[in-house]
Amino acid sequence: MAISISRWVQMGLLVLAVVLPLAIQNNFYLDVLTIIFFTAYLGQSWNILGGYAGQFSFGGVMFFGTGAYASTILWTTYGIPPIYGVFVAILAGAIVGLIVGYASFRYGLRGSYFALITLAFAEMLRIIANSLEFTGGGVGIFLNFEPSIMNLQFINARGFYYLSLGMVVISIIIAMWLERSRFGAQLIAIRENEDAAEALGINVLRSKILAIMIMGGMGGAAGTFYAQKYLYLDPPIAYSIALSVEMLLVTIVGGMGTVFGPLVGSFVLHIVTEVAKHLIESPGLSLIVYGFILILIIAYLPNGLIGLFKGLSGKRGK
Amino acid sequence: MMSYTVSMMPAAVMNGLMYGSIYALVALGLTLIYGVLHIINFAHGALLMLALYAAFFLYSILGIDPYLGILIVVPGSFIFGYVLYRFMIGKLAHGKDQNILLITLGLSIVFENMAMLFFSADQRTVNLSYSFETVDLGFVLLSIPKLISFFASLVICFLLWMLMSMTDLGKAIRAVAKERQGARLVGIDVDKIFAATYGIGIACLGAAGCLLLPIFYVDPYTGNLFVIIAFTIVVLGGMGSIVGALIGGFIIGITESVGGLILGESLGQIGISVIFILILMFRPNGLFGGKT
Repeated sequence: MAISISRWVQMGLLVLAVVLPLAIQNNFYLDVLTIIFFTAYLGQSWNILGGYAGQFSFGGVMFFGTGAYASTILWTTYGIPPIYGVFVAILAGAIVGLIVGYASFRYGLRGSYFALITLAFAEMLRIIANSLEFTGGGVGIFLNFEPSIMNLQFINARGFYYLSLGMVVISIIIAMWLERSRFGAQLIAIRENEDAAEALGINVLRSKILAIMIMGGMGGAAGTFYAQKYLYLDPPIAYSIALSVEMLLVTIVGGMGTVFGPLVGSFVLHIVTEVAKHLIESPGLSLIVYGFILILIIAYLPNGLIGLFKGLSGKRGK
Repeated sequence: MMSYTVSMMPAAVMNGLMYGSIYALVALGLTLIYGVLHIINFAHGALLMLALYAAFFLYSILGIDPYLGILIVVPGSFIFGYVLYRFMIGKLAHGKDQNILLITLGLSIVFENMAMLFFSADQRTVNLSYSFETVDLGFVLLSIPKLISFFASLVICFLLWMLMSMTDLGKAIRAVAKERQGARLVGIDVDKIFAATYGIGIACLGAAGCLLLPIFYVDPYTGNLFVIIAFTIVVLGGMGSIVGALIGGFIIGITESVGGLILGESLGQIGISVIFILILMFRPNGLFGGKT
């Protein structure tokens, strides 16, 4: 019974999200919602490896950046429209995931070591992108604005809003599938106790690599979306540490290893940011707030906001 | 081009040694904290940035030479680190490795952006009366501030080594690093030792900040430049190894400046990331590290 009620709530929220642009004519609000969905989507990609499989990455942005460069270069240099390019971006992200995953998991890197090595890989890619010719080097790449479905560009904010909504819905479906599938159960087993999972016959290496490849593919698609919306790409944007942090932040705040954690976290953090911006106009303030929220959540709400809701609705204690 | 590269090589190596000694100091704090507390202090770069600002404001407001500022910044950093660990990191992380990583990440975000808020994004440098004086070693010209920083960081490394090997505090720290429970049983206040170790680690950053300021610059994100460098040195030298940090610092300093000479400024930094990745993959205990 309880499950079906929450399913109704979910469907209701989805319908609301779909009809919302008809009510909101203000582009500012649609843009904020688009960013919320975009970050939630990236958070979900982090959640698959970090939340379900327990492997924290500090360089999640490497997939995003590589995907962004892949589809952008295909479009600007070779004229291949991003609607096809996005699949190359997904593939590129997944391949980076395969390489980084194989390199680090094969040698048994875990915990903090894995977090740091992903950071180093992202930094390395940033430096490479900065020194290469075809990425535009430090100057970056400017994209044209030629709205059409083929280019994944839209005349108004509504189009990008629906695209980001679609991405977030897909990411949530992936997480729901994960929670029901054998593969998801294997990831959770690895998170809880890697050695025990291995002893149970789970191919730990293969599962972890698969998880990072899913993360990579999702990140790659996000890169295409970003480039088509903001029309500019350079190494500090493509491989920004801040974005790596943001995707883990929304997930941890919302609740790691939960289907709706990244979305809840993204909503809460962005609304906090917008409110803070209104109250005090200064750069960096929202990030100070983010930092404090991260510390407080780790210290007092290890299961995130979702955990808080669950705790309030009956299930008390452990 | 080739002959230019060869003729610049001695200068690049010397330059790498100078910066390497300061990198070693930064890494020393990190490796000490790791060796005793078994935590990875992700806030290390941000705390170095704060130390640089401390040295900068001592100079710009009170006119205190950064090298003399060591006498103020180092004790201040120790107290700051001690309090930070005692009342925040130790309390809030519940002893979980990944939590500490995330809490220190949170702290670094807070520090960086507070610096942004209060000090603005401007790059700041100090101009000392002897900033541009040099010494001619025959094959290379070395600036006086770089030489002072080089020798001062060696002296500080030596003092730290004395502290660790000769004093009761050092003995207690080593005891806690080796065997926490045993140390507790013989009456060592382990929590205090943890906080003191963290304080000493941050004091190393205080010294590094004072030595770095005359030959570098500070802005709110300066610390980021040193995060990967310091982690690389620590894994290269072996987590927790003081000698390893010193040697690792020189290796990385030279790699960076020689790499910059051969590959150009931008691509030159890549050597550090590559070393970091390779060491983590193939020798996570480092070149000089012992047991797992």
